[in-house]
Amino acid sequence: MKVKWGEVVTMALLAALAGWAYLGKIYGWHHGFVFPSWLSAVVLILAALSLGWILFLTIGGKMIERRIVFLYVGVAISLPLFMSIKQEIPVSAEVQTVYDELVRLPVGSKVLISFDYDPASAPELQPQAEAFIAECFARDLKVIIMGLWPQGPQLANQAVERVLQRDDFKGNNIQYGVDWVNLGFQTGNEFVIQRMGTSFQSMFKTDYSGTAYEDLPLVRNVKNFDAIDYSMNLSSGFPGTVEWVQVAVDRYGLRMGAGNTAVQAPTVYPYLGNQLKGLMGGMSGAAEFEQVSSRPDKATRFMLSQSLAHVIVMAFIIIGNVAFFRSGRKSALKG
Amino acid sequence: MEQFGLWVAAFLTLGIYSFLYRDNPWYKLSEAIFVGVSAGYWVVVLFWDNFYSKFWLGHSEDPWLWVGAVLGFLMLLRLVPKIGWISRWPLAFIVGATAGLWMMNYFASNIMAQVQNTVMPLFGSDFSASFTAIVSNLVIVVGTFAGLVYFFFSKAHTGAFGATARVGIWFIMITFGASFGYTVMSRMSLLIGRIDFLLSDWLGLIQ
Repeated sequence: MKVKWGEVVTMALLAALAGWAYLGKIYGWHHGFVFPSWLSAVVLILAALSLGWILFLTIGGKMIERRIVFLYVGVAISLPLFMSIKQEIPVSAEVQTVYDELVRLPVGSKVLISFDYDPASAPELQPQAEAFIAECFARDLKVIIMGLWPQGPQLANQAVERVLQRDDFKGNNIQYGVDWVNLGFQTGNEFVIQRMGTSFQSMFKTDYSGTAYEDLPLVRNVKNFDAIDYSMNLSSGFPGTVEWVQVAVDRYGLRMGAGNTAVQAPTVYPYLGNQLKGLMGGMSGAAEFEQVSSRPDKATRFMLSQSLAHVIVMAFIIIGNVAFFRSGRKSALKG
Repeated sequence: MEQFGLWVAAFLTLGIYSFLYRDNPWYKLSEAIFVGVSAGYWVVVLFWDNFYSKFWLGHSEDPWLWVGAVLGFLMLLRLVPKIGWISRWPLAFIVGATAGLWMMNYFASNIMAQVQNTVMPLFGSDFSASFTAIVSNLVIVVGTFAGLVYFFFSKAHTGAFGATARVGIWFIMITFGASFGYTVMSRMSLLIGRIDFLLSDWLGLIQ
């Protein structure tokens, strides 16, 4: 087998760099980096110029290889994480509706949150969960958590833990069992929702940690959806928002909003209005909720990467089309 | 232990992304671990959450659970070629029951409620709708009507009918475009999540 020394040297350099960064984190040689505004601007200008150069090469008939596209996307996502540029995030009507629904609830109202996703969708849905839970706690709303996906309640505990570690909640005496409760995962998909319509307790005899339902002050008197003032379904597939709308909303009249992965959001949009009260779609939905609730966090920070990556994708769609016409495939297709 | 977990996660993340350069043993190892762990995880979850916690602990209280257990057992007979045909009975039960249960749900939520959402007062119930709301309502009504016309194949798409169908295809194309845009955003979000993990949690490079 022929050894490709270029690849070996590149790998060794990257490994050494990673080793230095990791040791630096452990021994405190560095505390992370932030680009000053001028450097951020220079990076953006260089990226734009290099894209222009690729377009120029393509027009000239020289095609780039696909790995260059991957590299650009990787760089477009990585570099903005170091930048200090602030991006304007306008709040859409759907996300505003979710916020307004919480605003209209009196103190002590019960909010049901179903965590119907797994770690694969966490980058999109976890920021939504954290922002929503933070707003509920800030408004002194009682949060009841459950999950139709096995890892959902575990992610819920992580979200609550992260929210409670924030400075604005450290002094608050938010108690488990009184202010929030995690009923855990229940298998059975949409049939769980159907049974909850008549009895929560038949589906959740204990909470996530094994405490009996009747021993939890928050849910002791919660019989069915009639006791829930607003519900949020965080979902990335089946079972998820569609099933909640079909069973809990349309059959039992539950007032519900949704937070979905961006892939799923277009399938849920038709329910907005009479069936669904508010929708957060993907990471941008999370960022919008962080804006409207005045608690910018991870999603807001990630949106610059998201925006730059979208610009890169759009640029390469243009470059790809130029390459398509330049390579004469259009005439070949026409015969 | 936490640091060890970080290294394993970073090793596997980089292994999966190494496929972007080209197929390689590191990628194959990461992929095999992912598939194996996922399959093992689901076996454990289904055993403890379905079989143990529902049937094993509950069958004395609720004898109906035996029906499910027997149907489940019959499904496994698929593994015995000579009597594998018996597994079609529980399958038929599942298909029939699911179709029956969901027919009403879909009819109520995806047909009746959706028709109700579309048949709307253009100018608001008391003529108080804003200009953008009126335009939005018009887009929904025209888009739904034109989209339905496009899928009406019992009449040739010519003349006014054909023009409406062409408007319909425009709406459908814009819908596909929006879906594609959302899909790009979703995939980028996942990538952002992994890169943030590598640069922030693993290497501590981001403040």
